[in-house]
Amino acid sequence: LSHGSGGKATHNLIEGIFAPAFANTILDRMEDSATITLGDQRLAFTTDSYVVNPLFFAGGDIGRLAVHGTINDLAMAGADPLYLSAGIILEEGFAIEHLQRIVDSMARAAHEAGVLIVTGDTKVVQRAKADGIFINTAGVGSVRASANLGQALVAPGDRVLLSGSVGDHGIAIMLAREELDIETEVSSDSAALHTLVAALLDRIGTRLHCLKDPTRGGVATALNEVALSAEVSIALDERAIPVHEGVRGACEILGLDALTIANEGKLLAFIAPEAEQEALRALRAHPLGREAAVIGTVQAEFPGMVFLRTDIGGTRVLDMLVGDPLPRIC
Amino acid sequence: MERERRRLLVQGFVQGVGFRPFVYGLAQRWRLGGFVLNNSLGVQIEVEGPSTALRAFEQALRTELPPLARIDEVQITRMEAQGDASFAIIESRSQDTKHALISPDSATCDDCLRELFDEQDRRYHYPFINCTNCGPRFTIIQDVPYDRANTTMRAFQMCPRCQQEYDDPLNRRFHAQPDACALCGPQVRFTMHAGDERELLEGGTTAIERAADSLATGMILAIKGLGGYHLACDAFNEQAVQRLRQRKQREARPFALMVASTDHARQLCHISAEEETLLESHRRPIVLLGQREQQQVASSVAPGQHTLGLMLPYTPLHHLLLAACQKYFRSDRPVVLVMTSGNVSDEPIAYRDEDARTRLTAISDGILAHNRGIFIRCDDSVVRVTRVGQQFVRRSRGYAPEPLALPQPVPAPILACGAHLKNTFCLAKEKQAFISHHIGDLENLETLLSFKEGINHFEQLFDIQPAVVAHDLHPDYLATRYALELDLPTIGVQHHHAHIASVMIEHGLTEPVIGIALDGSGYGPDNAIWGGEVLRADLNNFERCFHLAYLPLPGGEQAIRQPWRMAAVYLYAAYGTDFQRLDIPFTRQLPARNWKTLEQMIERGLNCPATSSMGRLFDAVAALLGIQSQVQYEGQAAIELEQLAMASPANQPCYPYHISCSTGELDVLPMIRTMARDIEQGVAAATIARRFHNTIARLLVAACDEVRYQHGLRNVVLGGGVFQNQVLLEELLPRLLQCSYKVYLNQKVPTNDGGLSLGQIAVAAARLKK
Ligand SMILES: [Fe+3]
Ligand SMILES: [Mg+2]
Ligand SMILES: [Zn+2]
Ligand SMILES: [Zn+2]
Repeated sequence: LSHGSGGKATHNLIEGIFAPAFANTILDRMEDSATITLGDQRLAFTTDSYVVNPLFFAGGDIGRLAVHGTINDLAMAGADPLYLSAGIILEEGFAIEHLQRIVDSMARAAHEAGVLIVTGDTKVVQRAKADGIFINTAGVGSVRASANLGQALVAPGDRVLLSGSVGDHGIAIMLAREELDIETEVSSDSAALHTLVAALLDRIGTRLHCLKDPTRGGVATALNEVALSAEVSIALDERAIPVHEGVRGACEILGLDALTIANEGKLLAFIAPEAEQEALRALRAHPLGREAAVIGTVQAEFPGMVFLRTDIGGTRVLDMLVGDPLPRIC
Repeated sequence: MERERRRLLVQGFVQGVGFRPFVYGLAQRWRLGGFVLNNSLGVQIEVEGPSTALRAFEQALRTELPPLARIDEVQITRMEAQGDASFAIIESRSQDTKHALISPDSATCDDCLRELFDEQDRRYHYPFINCTNCGPRFTIIQDVPYDRANTTMRAFQMCPRCQQEYDDPLNRRFHAQPDACALCGPQVRFTMHAGDERELLEGGTTAIERAADSLATGMILAIKGLGGYHLACDAFNEQAVQRLRQRKQREARPFALMVASTDHARQLCHISAEEETLLESHRRPIVLLGQREQQQVASSVAPGQHTLGLMLPYTPLHHLLLAACQKYFRSDRPVVLVMTSGNVSDEPIAYRDEDARTRLTAISDGILAHNRGIFIRCDDSVVRVTRVGQQFVRRSRGYAPEPLALPQPVPAPILACGAHLKNTFCLAKEKQAFISHHIGDLENLETLLSFKEGINHFEQLFDIQPAVVAHDLHPDYLATRYALELDLPTIGVQHHHAHIASVMIEHGLTEPVIGIALDGSGYGPDNAIWGGEVLRADLNNFERCFHLAYLPLPGGEQAIRQPWRMAAVYLYAAYGTDFQRLDIPFTRQLPARNWKTLEQMIERGLNCPATSSMGRLFDAVAALLGIQSQVQYEGQAAIELEQLAMASPANQPCYPYHISCSTGELDVLPMIRTMARDIEQGVAAATIARRFHNTIARLLVAACDEVRYQHGLRNVVLGGGVFQNQVLLEELLPRLLQCSYKVYLNQKVPTNDGGLSLGQIAVAAARLKK
């Protein structure tokens, strides 16, 4: 089993092992959060584990990430996040001051986002049975009345909006982990997106069809998932996709595609065409969406594919990332 | 005299090429009775007459073939005479001819050419004149059987005179599906555009005149040909050529040229008898020819090249255009037109009118188009003549979809999906391999779609339902993805094994060979990028005997686009970090900060796949010699290194290297060190480039000797894009022949990845047999 950096490798694992074993009508929708109905109350419920290395990086740390990540999964279901759990696995000998820093950071992130961490668990395992610290968070949120979201609702003609620049988180982590001397100002975009989602829903309601946070595998993988599950294609305009100079430079030297790099504070919104401008205004009015842009269109032709209209006028097929990219050109 | 009767079943290219009228003519000549008809296998003939006449008939049948016909097999059966006195052509039922071979598009024949310029002829100056011996075929066929109704000529209703010719078995246009004349057939039109304004100008001959006139004033025109649009301009006009380069964007590739005759071609290039034959053949490829020193075409036509790609006109429209240009162009030199593919940069060539208008309007000043549809895009073929015969750079128009005859029938119908770039696919059935036209770079959406559509089209045209699909091992090739998504058993074929097998099947080799596969990149089963491989291979399997020692490829594809990276990697491997103290231009100009990051990437294994690529070694040496630090097209650095080596006398000593028989590693770091010293001491770059080529040749011979010593093999097969390098071939071949090796290369398909699909067929067929 190769531990992938997200994308197709993980996708195959999910499709091959977990989905068939756990199959049920809620899971089968394959959304970032499960939406469940209790009485007349629609709840969103999700879980995620965090194994990032390094634990501290420009723009955040593993604790902050663990809070934001789960909040964002709830937010992508159109939910206001309410309660989180925190499950922590520590490697024997993990520095207590690091733990303190991480836990403080979690508390601060939760407080800023207005959610409560209401339950938790801690295990300590022997040395080398874990890598410092692993964190799992689960979360519950209440789905907004105006939200009716799902990949199945994505339809040809929809516009694809991106709330800001791509690749910041993944590049910041990589620079820190590999201790690369690249002189760039890149920091993680880790942020809780539920207020941005709320602003969007307040403005366009059900004309918002689907939300997706392009985390592991980046925008390329997130869009390919939607294209496959909604049986549509997505045409992107390369020039419209915001990429910060520092990320662009790092990708250039590292030979990576910013569209396959992870983000932790960005969302992709699929929007009815007539709501495009309103949605864009709503996003841009929010501090987390100032650089929002319309980056593409959903099409009926060639279902399952994502492609990129490049700045020289070609149309390149944009695939999911399978681990590290191996050269295909000669 | 006693009469005899024979039945002849003729297979090959015998339908839609004037074969039945030809047979009819022969029967008349010897007053034979009987009939001829098309059936699903080819042509069936029954002839009756005196035995001497029958013998003469059979002889002439093989020796006097119409130009586009090709006989693969004739089965003869003796029969009882039936007393037939007359000979008839029997109409075929369409299901009988459904899967006859479809011939490639063919250049205008001499008869049509004569009529084209004969003022008395009713097709005088008609740009779409053709007959059964020439004209469009593959590019206009939408479905089988090959009838007019199944071609893009369906839109045109024949006039009575054309119909008469079409129906007359003794006419050259008998059943010529694209037959037409000015009254009933397709028409040209010429439009100029400035900004959004479009000005429709004349059709007919005036359109061509106006087009020639604008070319003479330095304009760039999009011109619709057989398989797609060209972009054309006056090749002597430096400004026009440069403007074309700018508009095509990021384009440094040499442009192809069209000239009216071989005599004109001779004013630009040296042309051997073999090259002349190729240039003038009805297939009309672009032929790569050595430039004359004094030739004067604009320097931006083929920057940094010693060759020019020339072709002769292959449609009546081209003939008329070049003739018109004679009137408007300067009269003191031949008319030479740039005729490059109608596209921007890496896109596929435009061939649909609507698409051409959107894509080419911004690049061109006018469009010379016509209303005969192109159904299948088909790029010009590119061929060169080497000391070992013909070598394809691209096998497409004029050749596709003509099948290659296989030495053995395949056990089941096979689809091979080919490579990622320069893609061709191949469908094989029985003893035939249908290699597709050039498809191109599959990462381009439109190309990927034409790959998928092309496969369906071929399956239908040639009645092949593949039972197995063969593919490259690279998990991310879109051709591989396609193969895996089909609901068919799959056979994965290693890239370099396929290169070798491609040559083997061409030459009917089945016993194990020494395979030298050199290219830019191919996926190795150890997750590394291979490309400098010496294999012991048969069709079924291979063993990797030697390979260039692994080095990191920092940044993956980025290291391929930026040859300076591999130059630094080689120096780093040879000297460690100290290499930066070498006093050579390369290290002085090395962007130190970028290198620092690369060094860290290498140490941490961050996006640094291991590679044994020979293409990267060529890149590295090119960059060390200051040729290219960033390339604009595939193989550019290596091509320019080859050109540089040509400037040096051949006779240069080799650099040192080391071969490890235990690990199979070919270590060229000793060469890199000596080379760096040469550079330090100011040895001429051309000399170093030459020494490098010579060293690689000797290194390969040494590796071959090892394999021969261990396994007793004598047949050496060379495959992969690096063997387009003529300097390397010139060095390597004599050395191998001297050591009494027998050497084989691709001659019917490209040695680059365009020939990969055929090799996949070969391996898949061998594995199915086992
Ligand atoms: Fe290759
Ligand atoms: Mg999640
Ligand atoms: Zn003709
Ligand atoms: Zn007519």
